[in-house]
Amino acid sequence: MAKIIKPDEMLKSINYAPPATDWMDLPNDLSPGRWAYPAKLEKVEYLMHEVPGVFGNPRTWNPADPDWQLPSNWKEIVVNGFRERLDKYRSLKLFMDICVRCGACADKCHYFIGSGDPKNMPVLRAELMRSIYRGEFTLAGKILGKLTGARVMEEDVLKEWFLYFYQCTECRRCSLFCPYGIDTAEVTMMARELLHLVGVNINWILEPVANCTRTGNHLGIQPHAFKDIVEFMVDDIETITGKRLNVPLNEKGHEVLFITPSGDVFADPGIYTFMGYLIMFDAIGLDYTLSTYASEGGNFGLFTHSDMMKAINGKMYSEANRLGAKWILGGECGHMWRVVNQYMDTMNGNLQGPQMQTPVNPITGTVFKNAAQTKMVHIAEFTADLIKHGKLNLDKSRNSDIIATWHDSCNTARAMGMFDEPRYVLNSVVDNFHEMPESTIREQTFCCAGGSGLNTDEIMEIRMRGGLPRGNALKHVVDKHGVNTMACVCAIDRATLIPLADYWAPGVKITGLHELVGNAIILDGEEERTMNLRQEPLPGMEEE
Amino acid sequence: MKLYNGGKIITGLVIFLGVFLAPFAYNMGKAAYSQPKLKMPENEKECIESKEFMRTKHMQLLNDWRDWSLRDGKWVYVNSKGKEFEMSLQKTCMKCHTNKAEFCDKCHNDAAVTPYCWDCHIQPEGLKK
Amino acid sequence: MKAIFSLLMVLALVVIATVGAGAAKMQTIFAYCIPGTAFVIFLVGFVCKIISWAKSPVPFRIPTTGGQQQSLDWIPQNKWDNPSTGPQTFMRMVLEVLTFRSLFRNTKVVLKHDDGKNPIVAYVSAKWLWLFAILFHYGFLIVAVRHLRLFLQPVPAPLAFLDWSDSVLQILTPAIYISDLLLLTGLTMLLARRFIDAKVRYISLVNDYFPLFLILAIALSGVYMRYIVKVDVMSIKDVAMGLATFNFKVPAGVDVSFFVHIFLVSTLLVYFPFSKLMHMGGVFLSPTRNMPNDTRMVHYENVWNNPAIKPHSYEAYEDDFREPMFEAGLPLDKSPEDAA
Repeated sequence: MAKIIKPDEMLKSINYAPPATDWMDLPNDLSPGRWAYPAKLEKVEYLMHEVPGVFGNPRTWNPADPDWQLPSNWKEIVVNGFRERLDKYRSLKLFMDICVRCGACADKCHYFIGSGDPKNMPVLRAELMRSIYRGEFTLAGKILGKLTGARVMEEDVLKEWFLYFYQCTECRRCSLFCPYGIDTAEVTMMARELLHLVGVNINWILEPVANCTRTGNHLGIQPHAFKDIVEFMVDDIETITGKRLNVPLNEKGHEVLFITPSGDVFADPGIYTFMGYLIMFDAIGLDYTLSTYASEGGNFGLFTHSDMMKAINGKMYSEANRLGAKWILGGECGHMWRVVNQYMDTMNGNLQGPQMQTPVNPITGTVFKNAAQTKMVHIAEFTADLIKHGKLNLDKSRNSDIIATWHDSCNTARAMGMFDEPRYVLNSVVDNFHEMPESTIREQTFCCAGGSGLNTDEIMEIRMRGGLPRGNALKHVVDKHGVNTMACVCAIDRATLIPLADYWAPGVKITGLHELVGNAIILDGEEERTMNLRQEPLPGMEEE
Repeated sequence: MKLYNGGKIITGLVIFLGVFLAPFAYNMGKAAYSQPKLKMPENEKECIESKEFMRTKHMQLLNDWRDWSLRDGKWVYVNSKGKEFEMSLQKTCMKCHTNKAEFCDKCHNDAAVTPYCWDCHIQPEGLKK
Repeated sequence: MKAIFSLLMVLALVVIATVGAGAAKMQTIFAYCIPGTAFVIFLVGFVCKIISWAKSPVPFRIPTTGGQQQSLDWIPQNKWDNPSTGPQTFMRMVLEVLTFRSLFRNTKVVLKHDDGKNPIVAYVSAKWLWLFAILFHYGFLIVAVRHLRLFLQPVPAPLAFLDWSDSVLQILTPAIYISDLLLLTGLTMLLARRFIDAKVRYISLVNDYFPLFLILAIALSGVYMRYIVKVDVMSIKDVAMGLATFNFKVPAGVDVSFFVHIFLVSTLLVYFPFSKLMHMGGVFLSPTRNMPNDTRMVHYENVWNNPAIKPHSYEAYEDDFREPMFEAGLPLDKSPEDAA
């Protein structure tokens, strides 16, 4: 973790009173730590070749330099791109027109709560773009200018957009509170699309997108390496349970294609969640396969451009068709489920092969009518159904050392509404579960401050500031109930909540839901377990 | 010109226009409006105060009369010309304006005003129509 | 500064009407020409704005889900916050439009970090904005509907009843309207909030102060007409009926305050379609509220979906990694020999 100020200093630096200077006159602070590194030249070039019209102006550049090496007609590109999107998205046009600046959203953003920076108020973040809308597209704005909050596109505005549209995790918390449902995520998406056109981008998003396009996953794991990793986890499961599992890869003729974020196969604690999936699939004898070609549940394309998102997402159906799978089971992920729930069928439904069917749980016979169109089920829904029908043999005592709380990830919360399924699963596998305060969970949940491609270390201070609401709520239940574990269904959370918890609520372990399920499941023919999936001793098995 | 969700939006707009244009339709075909003709007293040319005053402030006068007479026990009103009147709705006002329907109600109906005079006072002839 | 500018603009409008209708005797213009034109601009402008939104498609179903989704049969769905059908979505919209449900959720963040104590980020209930908004909007609605008594002849019974119930308190003469109190309280509080809350003050523009001052001036001029100068309602009904029946008579016996009032209303009507006040129509079109969360259940079509955008193909992927895949023993569609 990069060196950043101490939590106490950070708290003292937060001041919600806005400065005296009008926001349009505030200079951009482009010092290091305020922005994520720009995308590597070759990644941009590769993506320009793969999906034309989305990215532009490949070059090596540094946001700290005064000259961003923009194309000479950059202004025209941005303004025309803006106009084009007003015609393509009613959401954008409406959100530019109807905001009344009531300020209901102002203190709903985790970045604002942690920084006090007025441009992190959702209303002002949208106003960064709305001011250009007025200045470039409305008559009143052109005549009256700044008084009516209008301004024209300038290089400083573009830089401001880069700073602040990469301090929005598209978590939609503001949208929940807006009386008109104005969604800053939508505004941020549009702004980022415009920035991409003139080559203003960040590597933490574009490299995963390029990787995902070529290797099938964000982390760039090539097929043979993917197989090695799976083998390695099968070895670990054997060490823990004494049972060797068979994990099909790229095999045709299975009923289910299982796709999970590649974060689950790459680093802990995601890998323990992955092991949990494998153990559960073995326990119920699921007829499934993994794919290396579609080895990514997440979709960083969502954080770039709708075309890019579509191109990456299309692999899921293509691979299901090639392998002859009837439906797709999706792993624990947040933004993946925004894409699956709200975009997938609209974008790529036409790619579904005739073999695909409304998902039916082969063990319980439950028909997932809510996935009749996408043919894709979230594993928390699937597991909740299994447990409800008593199909899993669970030993809760293996998790008896865990005092858990639950982090709803923004996307499964506000772009899907999956709250009770994972809670039911969690309550079935742990004894002690305590909710965080009401205003920080369920639909009001706070982001981990690393969503939408911002989970990179060079902006660690911004992340920790944005992590304050979640961290403080966590600290609250740590102090009150002795919570030692925060569970979640999101691969980005599993990576970002660790530094967040270390910073704001030290001593809390982050786990995926299915890590806890995997611990509790009693497999047929397994040996008596002495350790959990992390190979730490189980409660009562500690050596003296 | 292509509209998306056109059906619903046009329906909404028709309702919107309908609401805002309803007054025109409501009045359509009726004779041009003019203020009601009031039945004026035959034997009296001047009211307590000037016509303009009575048109706009009669309710205030009546209200004051009630307060002065019933609450303060003062029963005599001296008008702007120095002439004295007994402060009484029935004995003074309705001595000339005998017909509520032909006088009071005319304007009150048009202006949708419901004075609460008659909550206490006995209504005169005109009510029975 | 922005507030003062807005206030001055409204005062200028008052002066224009006072001078124009009072001193310059252009009463016919102020009574008929300006309001009539303003009304037409309002209707046409409003419709055009809605049409301009309707011309942009909604490519994706993006409801903001505020409760449990419809999934397994035994998990109760939160139908009003996360609707999955048309009627449920309709209910969500009804509650949104009529009760400002989203605003009712409002909280205020409080940060406490006293030395030696654990820092606390708390979220306290903050329903004030909701309350002020409700007072203002319903006050305004009732006031507007009440004014129909001047435009309709005979006055329909429900309107007479509304007038009677609105003035049921029987305080002052003429009796005070409850809706006047609601409207003025709401307006004043909304305006005060813009001044007092530093964050809201920071984001406020002329676009925010001007309509508030304008509506406040409209309300106050109305109050002045009714309670202070006690204008001759019948001669005003003459003018209003003239507007509603296209039968224009030279206004007679009308106080100048009436012209100020109607000029300010005309300004509001003209300003309306070109301003944030269009949230009145816009709230119905918001894609995060007016769509069901059902895109996993039924297909939703994006009109500009581009089928030419295809994923990087499996063939290209296998071509790229065939050798290592073969060596790792992964199944292949084409063996290295076939591909060679």
